[in-house]
Order: sequence, then structure tokens, then C-alpha cells
Amino acid sequence: MTEASLPLNEETILALGLRLEKTTKAAGLMLAGEILTFDRTGALWLEAHRTLVVSDLHLEKGSSFAVRSGQFLPPYDTRETLACLHEVVCRLDPACVVALGDSFHDARGPERLEPGDRAMVAALQEGRDWIWIAGNHDAAVSEGVGGRYAAALAVGGLTLRHEPSVSAAEGEIAGHLHPCGKVTMRGRSVRRRCFVTDERRLVMPAFGAFTGGLNVRAAVFEPLFPKGFTAHLLGDGRVFAIGRNMLGKD
Amino acid sequence: MPSSSTSPTTSGTPRREAAGPLPAAFAAWFAGRGWQPRAHQLDLLGTARAGRSALLVAPTGAGKTLAGFLPSLVGLSEAGPRKKPRLHTLYVSPLKALAVDIARNLDAPIAEMGLDIRVETRTGDTPSHKRTRQVARPPDILLTTPEQLSLLLAHAQAADLFGGLRHIVLDELHALVTSKRGDLLSLALARLRRLSPGATTIGLSATVREPDALRRYLVGQGVAAAISLPSAGEGGPRSGSGEGSDGSGEGAPLSGTSLTRGPPSPGEGGGPGGSMADLIVVQGGAKADLHMLDTGLTLPLAGHTAWQSMPAIYELIRAHRTVLVFVNTRLQAEYTFQELWRLNDDTLSIAIHHGSLDAAQRRRVEAAMAAGQLRAIVCTATLDLGIDWGDVDLVVNIGAPKGASRIMQRIGRANHRMDEPSKAYLVPGNRFEMLECRAALDAVEEAAQDTPDVRLGGLDVLAQHVLGMACADAFDANDLFDEIVSAAPYQWLTWEMFEMVVDYVATGGYALRAYERFAKILRGPDGLWRVRDARIAQQYRMNVGTIVEAARVKVRLTRHLRGKPGTVVPKSGRVLGEIEEEFGETLTVGDTFLFAGEILRFEGLSEDECLVTRAKGAEDPAIPSYAGSKFPLSTFLAARVRAIIADPFEWDRLPPQLAKYLLQQRKHSILPGEKDLLVETFPRGNRFYLTAFPFEGRLAHQTLGMLLTRRLERAGLRPLGFAANDYGIAIWTSRDVGERIAMAPGFTQALFDEDMLGDDLEAWLDESAMMKRTFRQCAVIAGLIERRYPGQKKTGRQVTISTDLIYDVLRKHQPDHLLLQAARQDAATGLLDVARLGMMLRRIKGRITHKALDRVSPLSVSVMLEIGRERVYGEGADEILAEAEAELLGEALA
Repeated sequence: MTEASLPLNEETILALGLRLEKTTKAAGLMLAGEILTFDRTGALWLEAHRTLVVSDLHLEKGSSFAVRSGQFLPPYDTRETLACLHEVVCRLDPACVVALGDSFHDARGPERLEPGDRAMVAALQEGRDWIWIAGNHDAAVSEGVGGRYAAALAVGGLTLRHEPSVSAAEGEIAGHLHPCGKVTMRGRSVRRRCFVTDERRLVMPAFGAFTGGLNVRAAVFEPLFPKGFTAHLLGDGRVFAIGRNMLGKD
Repeated sequence: MPSSSTSPTTSGTPRREAAGPLPAAFAAWFAGRGWQPRAHQLDLLGTARAGRSALLVAPTGAGKTLAGFLPSLVGLSEAGPRKKPRLHTLYVSPLKALAVDIARNLDAPIAEMGLDIRVETRTGDTPSHKRTRQVARPPDILLTTPEQLSLLLAHAQAADLFGGLRHIVLDELHALVTSKRGDLLSLALARLRRLSPGATTIGLSATVREPDALRRYLVGQGVAAAISLPSAGEGGPRSGSGEGSDGSGEGAPLSGTSLTRGPPSPGEGGGPGGSMADLIVVQGGAKADLHMLDTGLTLPLAGHTAWQSMPAIYELIRAHRTVLVFVNTRLQAEYTFQELWRLNDDTLSIAIHHGSLDAAQRRRVEAAMAAGQLRAIVCTATLDLGIDWGDVDLVVNIGAPKGASRIMQRIGRANHRMDEPSKAYLVPGNRFEMLECRAALDAVEEAAQDTPDVRLGGLDVLAQHVLGMACADAFDANDLFDEIVSAAPYQWLTWEMFEMVVDYVATGGYALRAYERFAKILRGPDGLWRVRDARIAQQYRMNVGTIVEAARVKVRLTRHLRGKPGTVVPKSGRVLGEIEEEFGETLTVGDTFLFAGEILRFEGLSEDECLVTRAKGAEDPAIPSYAGSKFPLSTFLAARVRAIIADPFEWDRLPPQLAKYLLQQRKHSILPGEKDLLVETFPRGNRFYLTAFPFEGRLAHQTLGMLLTRRLERAGLRPLGFAANDYGIAIWTSRDVGERIAMAPGFTQALFDEDMLGDDLEAWLDESAMMKRTFRQCAVIAGLIERRYPGQKKTGRQVTISTDLIYDVLRKHQPDHLLLQAARQDAATGLLDVARLGMMLRRIKGRITHKALDRVSPLSVSVMLEIGRERVYGEGADEILAEAEAELLGEALA
């Protein structure tokens, strides 16, 4: 067998990744005149307003299964989610944190918080404004976890609410859908949480440790982005912008 | 019953006087058939009647099953009329089809001798009214599976049901003891020893390498061995447990448990000694008439399809009555079936049988086979065991044999008469497989066995069992511990580990005591543990068992919507079978693949179904994935392969093309010694390659590849990827690895040092997709998440959190959690095969031969051909994303 007949196909994808790393600036875009920065943790940074937005924390999701079905999932998801949030907050030092709804997995979630986790929430709120936007899971959340409550919020030209609305004006930022993008290259596929945007509106990824995802090619995204979209997938090292045509269905 | 097709007088062992005389009715029955009872049948009868347990090791066709039941039939016939129905004999088989088959075959002797004996089966298919009746009014002989036995033992009436049991017959024991089902069964046996102290155990097994391990499995082991195992950490063993009556159990003994403590590695524990059942061995029958199929055509260096040999295989089918064609994977089964039908000008009835096909379809094939209507069945391991196919006169095994014992089992499926030779052909798919076939032929010639070691019992299985025992009755922790460590696979268990398991079952075993008020089992004021409520017991029943199927989706045939090309009507056609969800996810609309003997076009996924249409025209399927061989090359065959390669005098016995290939390798590079590791380095294109040939199987090589890549990265050599097969690995780098070795002579040795199994392994396990898959299986078995049955819709109550997320969070916050320990224990021998890798690293210490080349060597070509076939799920995610993004970027800049 001659060497030339070997069907070798070893592209240098790793090297390619390293090169891109050096040339690509921080991921983000302009929306309704505001500069948005996508953090690789899935948080959104509005530097001009020193505001950090995180969506769908679903705190105490693990413990909710013990209540409902007697399944004892590791009760560490809240701790993990808060630790991630703590890392971003320390790094960016926001003046205001907005939790964009479904912050707790169910209305009784706050009652189940472990003392240590409750203290962590308080520590995160220390010295900054903190706003809980109401979600469908936690619309009637019991109080006692600090911060202010709101149905929606305007920041500059942006409107922040939990569920995206089809008829929204330009500049809506929402969560709720837990978008995920799937990329398949040479038979290998990767599915990651992502920001989805058509530069008119933005749907944020879920931030919680135990939150699953909905593929952005699902029908529910179509009316929101009739002219297509770009997904910004959360990689291990940074955020990757991927066009709709490159994203696979589940 | 196999004996009904055996010739009467000759037996492998000389006739000996039995311990007890055969009752007249039985002697007459044998005589009436023109038979004489075999020595081993009488031996077993004598042993069992003397109240001793026994292991019967015999080849196929030796009348093993009749031997196993003879003590029961004789005992029941002598007992006379019984006042109230009591279960006398329990038979456990790994296959429910086998249980049904045996029931049918017991009918003949019982009817012909006019015995008043009631035989019933109990499997997953048994209707619930019959199950209820079986408990209230048990048959004399119950034939069942390990899972059903566990369910019965968790029943509140278990003590009554099994109280009068006399015999327990375990069929195909060699196959059971190497799996988690064997763990489950060993725990059930331990419970039966308590409920039915008068019962003896009879194990029936094919020939195995170490019968003593099976003999220990069959009888209770002393407790002393278990508590003498070192138990580091706080508290003495068997502390009296906490006082809490609220189910909180005692404080968590978790804080002090270190990561390294836990189950011993295979090879430790469960050592020699201990009680053993008697051993009765029937020597092998006639030698197999076994050949390697050599068509004279040149075989490739990689690939497993054996397409060159299809015409020859077809000719073999034409020339025989009924042929079993074994292959190693489902995809290979589909391919072979397709190819044989392409050649099938005589329209011979050739069928296909594998685990993914619809069950009804499989039953039809089995029935047609039993009725002698088929000329050939292309099948996977699903037909490895058990059922007597009667008229098979040839076995063809396509692809690598992988293990000597495995191939002997398969060969034994031809010709169920012990005294006539079984006829079989091994068909290699590439030149390396020729080597493996040669090694297997030699092994069969010498009747050398390489059955795997008996397992150490899994912690996940134990957790399931503990919950089951709480469902049966209140238990005392000390008593249950004693019972459990009497099972040979659980002799290693320490009291502390057992406490961890109980704590896990009760409240999840978390250091953060979040679930105390939901506890599944509670310790009452009397010190006994009880299940919380009927809902928990129901949850146990729904999740019992240790077989965790890969998540599967149904394959449904659909038709296109008229006037709307590209759209299909869901639910419009029939279900063809199931495929692994993972495989389904890699398909894109328009892909064609082989399934159920047809070329199908993928149309999309809908909820839990994979929608397909029949592909039009004669297009070739684009098989998008080669799933590799499920079974790694056995250590034993690997050693033989290395020995053949190392010894040129052996090459005369090889097909000429293979000998020529080895000569080429010797000319262009070198051939490694029998115990050596050959490492080659060479440049190719703008890359540098390192290849190595440990011959330790694909799984161990994949783990090795991951670890070596990490080390090369640290050494600044910029590894870009690797590929592995059963024989070796290839790693490619962007810096010259050969030059580094030339400059630093100790580099290769350091690269392959055993210490890679320390920190590097730890770091890799953090992110390994294989480890996550292993964890998922443990989580299902231990009841952390509920089982999903194929086709079953998710209910609102069910966990919709991916186990990958659970794994990540648990590993970070409680790395010594019971389920992570269980997953680690599995990783040692399962998908990661760490144990075998460790063995190899020790073997090659100081025995690495490095050859720097200026181009790829003949040997290395084989593994280089694997490049591009590998699928490593979930790893290297960023590279894939970066590449996708670059494509977009390229579009934008064009």
C-alpha cells in the first residue's frame, strides 16, 4: 500500500482554534444603541450601565425532585450556580445585577435554601442593586432573599423581561427558552448553551447548573427571528458566533 | 432438552458408580429412550441429595440441563403428594427465552414418567394475575431470570415463598458472573441462603478458566474474611449505629473517607480460600473442525466488513443445511445481510437477528429457525448463549474472534451433539484479523480458555438490593451486612462502605443533609430499617435490574406528504426497531443507512422517534458510523498475537499475504519482541506521528491515547489528535516528537510511565465522556434517576436533568460520593479499561523499542487508517466550535 492512498483527513482543528483565539475580540454586539458583551459563563454585561444580567438560574432545582418524586439529586446545584455567579461578579464588579426570571425552580425554592447558600446570595447583593424579574416558575416567589422585585425593567434603550414576546419592539432581552445550539463537524457534534440574536432582540442562555436546553432550531424560535439569527455558543474558553445555517437540529 | 439430541452411551468421562441409585421409574425412562444416565448426571444427583452444592462444568451437548434438574425430578417424585403447594426448585437463566425453552423441554420427561410436577416460568412477560397466583400457589419448579428473582425476594411474602426451597439451579453461570447481573444474583443467593437454609445450589457452566471462582460464588463465604480487610478511618467496624428514630441514620461517616479508599481493584480481595461447591467436570467432546477462510484475495490493513469473502460465505451457505453467521456489531450484521442477499440468486432463506430489531421480528426469526425453515441467520452476540438450535451444521464467524472462549462458545452453537465435531470457519476482515484468527485457532486446538475474571460486586447494584430488602421486610443493618458479605462478589465490603450504601439509599448520601425529611428508608425505635411507603416500594419495582440500555429511539417508517416534498407524515408507518439515541443524533436529514436489512433515508427526529423512508434507487448507503467492536481483544489472544509476530518461525503457518506483510515491516522498521512495546515516529505532510503497538484492545488504547496526548501537550509537542484500534494507537503532533526522543533518551520511558494513571487520569476523568456514560449507568442502577423504557414518554415527575450536569456538579462538590466510587470501580474494567492499561504499562517498563523512521511503516499504516473514523463524544468541543465559526468567517470574508 502506498502512502498516497491513505485516506488521511487530519485537519488541524486545534491549531485553528488557537489562532482564532488570538484574533477574535470579546464577543458581543450593538442592540438598540447599547453595547452588549457576551460572557462565556452565559451572563450578559452592559458595561455602560455597569449592569450584569443572568437568566434562568433555577436555584434549588435539584431539591425540587426530592419533594415531587422522591429522587435525591445532588443538592449542590444552587451552590454551583452561585459560585459561577460569584466569579463573574468579582471579575466585573457590577453596580446592578438583574436575574431575568425563573431564578428559583419553584415558588418554595427560597425556603429550601441551605444557610450557606442563603449567605452567599446576601454576600453577592452586598453593595449593589439587585433585581429579581418574575418568571413563570417563580412568579409568586416568597420574599426573604433580598433585592427588589419587578415584572420587567428598562435599561437604556433595552427592555428586560423573562419571556420573549413576538411583537416586542427593538431592544428586548429575554430568557425563558434556554437556547442551545448544536454543531456537527465530521461526525462529531457539540451541543452548547447560547445567546441568540438577530441584532433586534436577544434571547439569553440559562445560567443554572441543572438547566437543560432547547435547540435553537426548534419551531418556537422561528416567529421570534423571522429573518434568521446568529447563535453565540458558550465554549470552554470563549464564546463562538455560529450562523443559523451551521446549526443542526436535535 | 439438550440430552434428547445426544447420543446415548458415550460420555466424555468414564462411567462411575453414583452416590445414590436412580429410582426405578427414572432408570426405566432412560432405558426406554435407549439411553444410559451419564456419570456426571448421577454424580450431580448424588451430591445434591447429600445436601451439597455443586458446579457442573460441561461442553455443549453433554446433557447439562437434564443433569441440573435430575435431583429435583427425583426428589419431587419421591416426595409423593404434597399437602400444600411449595416451591421446590428455582431455576435462574440469563435469558428469558432460555427459561421458556427449558420449560418446554422439561415437559417430556415429566409427562413420560407420569410425574405430578408443576413447572412454570416467570419473566417480564408473565401477566400480573399469573404472578399473583404464583406467589399464593407456587409451582414445584419455577424458571425465571435474575431480575425477576430480585423482585420476588423484595416481596413481603418472600420468606414464606422460599421457605421450603430445596434446589437452586443457575444456568449459563459463566456468562452471568462477569456482569452486574451476576452481582445482583449473588445478593439474591445470599438472601435465599437465609430464607431457605435447606437448599443446595447447582451451577451449570461452559468450560471456564478458573472454575474455583464459580465454586465460591455458589456457596456462602465466611464473614471473617470481610471484616479483616483494612478499614481505615474513624470508628471501629460495626459500630452500633446511631440512635435517631427519625430516619436520619447516624451522622455521615463521609467526612473522613478519602478518595482512594473504596472498592479494591480487581485482583485484590475475593482471594483464594473460602468455601467452595463441589466440582463435577465433563471433559470436552469431539474436537472442533475449525478453519480460517482464506479466499486467496488480498485483504486490506483495516476495516472489518470482510466484503472480499462474501461470495465464499454464500457458497458455504449453499453447501450446508443451516448456517449461523456471527458478526461483532449490529452495523456489520446489516452489512453482511445486505451483501449476502445481493448474491442470493437462489433466494435461500437468509435472515437477520440482532438486539436492535423489533422483538416480534426477532421472535419470528427464532421460530422459523427452530422449525428448520432457514438456511442462514446473520446474528450478533444475541444468539451467543443458550437456545438449542438443533440443526445448525456450520458456524461462520466474521471479523476478529476477540477471545478464545468466546469463539468456542460460538462454535459450540453448531451441532449440539457432544460427540460429533462442530464445524466452523473464521473469516478475517483484514490482515490483522488474520493474526487474531490464527491465535484463536491455536487456542481452540489447545482448549485454552480466556474467560474474564469474576467481578467484584458493584456498589450501585448493592444500593438497589438494600432498597429491595427494605421493601421485603424490616432489616437489622448488622444482619444484612453479614448476609451480604457471605456473597463471594461482596466479600471485600467493609462495614463503613456498607454504612455509606445504607445512607445513600436513605437520603442520597450527601454531606449536605438536604433530604432527611424525605428519607426512603427509616430506622425505627427498634433499630430496624423500613421502607418509607408503598410509593418507594413501587419505585423500586419499576427500576429493578442492572441492564441499562443506551437511550434508544424507535425507527419508524414514514411516507412523504403528497404535494409537499421534504415533509413526511409522522406515525404513518410501522416501527422497524430501535437505534441508539447517540447514533440518531449524528444523522442529518438525507443521510442513508442500513437497518433491518433495508437502506433507509433519515427524515428527522420527532419526539422519541427516528423517522425514515425507504431510500429509492440502488444508491449505496452512507454508513455514517462504524461502532467498533463491543468486545476488546482478550489479554490472552493479544499475548498470542504478539508471540506470533515476534517469532518468524511461526510465519509459515500464516496466510502468505500476512507473512509477506510482516517481512515488509521487518525490512522497513522492526518487529517488537513478545513482551516489548514498539514505538515508531515519523513525519508525514506537515505533521509528526508517534505510533505504538501495545495490543491491549481499543478501550485501553483510547484511554492511553487521551493520557499520552496530555503528556505530549505538557512536553510542548503540540499534539493534535489521536486514533486507536485493538492493536495500537497513532498520535499526531505539530512539533517533532522523534527529534525530542533522539535528544532525550529517557523521554519515551517517561512518556509511558505508569504514573500517568495518577494525576493525568484524575484530570482526564473530570471531562471524559466515557466516564459520564459510566456514571449514568450507575445512577440508573442505584436508583438516583428513574429508568426510561424505550418509547416511554417522559412524565412530568421524571428527572429531565442530564446526568452529565449531575456528574459535573457532584464531582466538584462531593468527589467521594458513593456513585462516583461506583463509576470509578466500573471504569477500571469497563469503557475505560484502566486496569488493563495499568497491566500493560507494568509489562513494558524498560522494554520500549523506539524506531525513528522517515516515513510511515507497514505496521503503522493499519492504525493510521483509523484516523477520521474516531468519534469521541463531547471532547474537544472548542475545536469543533472554532472550526464551525471559521467556516462562517470564511464565508463572510469571501
